[in-house]
Amino acid sequence: MLSTRLYRNIRLGIKTLLLHKLRSLLTVLGVVFGVGSVIAMLSVGEGASREALEQIRMLGSNNIIVSSMKPAEDESASTTRTMMSIYGLTYRDEQRIRETIPHVSTTVPVKLVRKNTFLGERQMELRVVGTSPEWFELVSRRVIAGRVLAPRDIEGLSNVCVLTESGARKLLATHSTIGERIRIGLDYFTVIGIVRSETAGGGIQTPDLDIDAYVPISVARTRFGDMVIRMTAGAREAEMVELHQILVEVDSTENVEPVAEALETMLARFHRRRDYRISVPLALLRQAEATRRTFNIVLGSIAGISLLVGGIGIMNIMLASVTERTREIGVRRAIGARRSQIISQFLIETVVLSTVGGVIGISVGAFIPWSISRFAGMPTIVTMWSLVLSLGISMTIGIIFGIYPAMRAAKLDPIVALRHE
Amino acid sequence: MSNLTSHGPNGEVVRLESVSKVYYMGTQSVKAMVDVSISFEEGCFTAIMGPSGSGKSTMLNLLGCLDRPTSGKYFLSGQDVSNMEDNELSAMRLRRLGFIFQSFNLIPQLTVAENIEMPLYYMGWAADESKSRAEQLAAMVGLSERLDHRPAELSGGQQQRVAVARALANDPSVILADEPTGNLDSATGAQIMDLMADLNSQGKTIIMVTHESHIAVYAKRRIHMLDGRIERIEEAA
Ligand SMILES: Nc1ncnc2c1ncn2[C@@H]1O[C@H](COP(=O)(O)OP(=O)(O)O)[C@@H](O)[C@H]1O
Ligand SMILES: [Mg+2]
Repeated sequence: MLSTRLYRNIRLGIKTLLLHKLRSLLTVLGVVFGVGSVIAMLSVGEGASREALEQIRMLGSNNIIVSSMKPAEDESASTTRTMMSIYGLTYRDEQRIRETIPHVSTTVPVKLVRKNTFLGERQMELRVVGTSPEWFELVSRRVIAGRVLAPRDIEGLSNVCVLTESGARKLLATHSTIGERIRIGLDYFTVIGIVRSETAGGGIQTPDLDIDAYVPISVARTRFGDMVIRMTAGAREAEMVELHQILVEVDSTENVEPVAEALETMLARFHRRRDYRISVPLALLRQAEATRRTFNIVLGSIAGISLLVGGIGIMNIMLASVTERTREIGVRRAIGARRSQIISQFLIETVVLSTVGGVIGISVGAFIPWSISRFAGMPTIVTMWSLVLSLGISMTIGIIFGIYPAMRAAKLDPIVALRHE
Repeated sequence: MSNLTSHGPNGEVVRLESVSKVYYMGTQSVKAMVDVSISFEEGCFTAIMGPSGSGKSTMLNLLGCLDRPTSGKYFLSGQDVSNMEDNELSAMRLRRLGFIFQSFNLIPQLTVAENIEMPLYYMGWAADESKSRAEQLAAMVGLSERLDHRPAELSGGQQQRVAVARALANDPSVILADEPTGNLDSATGAQIMDLMADLNSQGKTIIMVTHESHIAVYAKRRIHMLDGRIERIEEAA
């Protein structure tokens, strides 16, 4: 009963609005652009921040990454004369972190060495990553073939390596993969497994991740040593770094920050210079999320203003409509319509306008981000949440901006309204 | 319904007891009705006459529950209307009264049928029931063929017939008409008056404002107003 009444009311509203097609269309357009721009703005904001968040999240929110960093004074000195700089994290650091800091569940050493690698005639430069088996768990690399490093490889100083998918494809080409022997530097290694290359994996700072070869840390240490010599513009540059990174896994998220503080204190005590950097993905994540929220609020508010303008358009039209239909209001009241029935009649019209605008606006709003991604190559994400939000807001705006004209209509004295020309 | 039967076929349906209406405009006040007492019997056909400004419209608005008296009492079908709230007055208009206006006052975006159905809509009738009632009423005023037309497609006389049908939809106790022929030529006006007389002969109570004596002759009783008072009452034989 109530729903058929509502249905009749809505039908009457639509019919009345269709009497002035152009006027209703223009009013609806105001809402369409408002809703459309809210959705488009939010999708751009969402797309921009999602990428950053995703990368940080892949580092693992329970992990802390400690990296070696060349101190600033060494950096400037090395350009003027040949020298050797010794800096960075040590094997002792890793051991101390694992043994003395509470709530640390695992530490993973990472040692990076660039080496020429040979397979028959084929040659390419690989980034050799000396690490432990836990590395693969922490960064969750998918194994495509064979296996990853095992504790026995570390203990037994086995000359084995795990390649990434694209590195393997370049180097091994048509050769059978697992069990193949390749030469890294001066030593031969047996390929025991291949893992998927992933762009944001592991938090290792260099970008050329797809040509990694993973070898046991013990092997990297004994075969390649800690010294790296590089020739740059006539100057010989030597560096001595034991470990390039230590990944620290904390037992639970709440303990991440205390552990980070403990790391800071401990490293500061054993290092004379600041030759390390601690990054906490969790903190970055929180910060990025806060930034994203602010960003979205700002973008959303800007777009919201256009929605507001749409609402003012609705109000304008409804006020004109009330004036125009004063006589009708008088007749309805004389026949016996209650004030509340007049209010609902006008409110339904505004809600119809704003909802139609909202629905069309949603399709426009979904199309704009699509074309931004398509033609400008910018990532955009249209969330369900933004669709529901903007439709809700547009309907609310219909009600808010409709209530005043409707009340004005209902307040009219029927006698005065009937006399209105 | 008990109210109606208790007043009988010739019982009183409307009674004004020393009703006054004063309009205040700033410091000035206008006495539009002064101490008017009168009653209307069920089934009567009354014309309210008088010169411009004599208080005819004021009286009709009060009778139509569109306004409240400044003092005095108004009984409609036995109920005291004088101090009712807005919603109660709406309910009285909806259940007890039918209006016919000088300028027809049909809703332009609605069809003839929908205009006739409007009181039924506010009374909460189902769509199919009110549709068949509208058809019945349209047949009664001779507009069966025009149910789906818009008011703008009809002549003045036809529009006023639709208005009559609409006034009858809720089966009112009293029909109030303010200069119902004022916007019509004399021939068409006469047709509308014939229709009203016909309704009255079927038992409808009609109170009509007019200043034209050739229209007033259709009424059985004529109330002459002057300066807000009833000057005299003419009863037809
Ligand atoms: N809303 C109003 N405000 C002030 N004065 C009014 C109002 N309505 C009517 N009047 C005055 O009351 C008197 C009676 O008016 P009305 O009932 O309209 O007379 P009639 O319909 O007989 O021409 C007139 O003097 C008119 O000016
Ligand atoms: Mg008048």
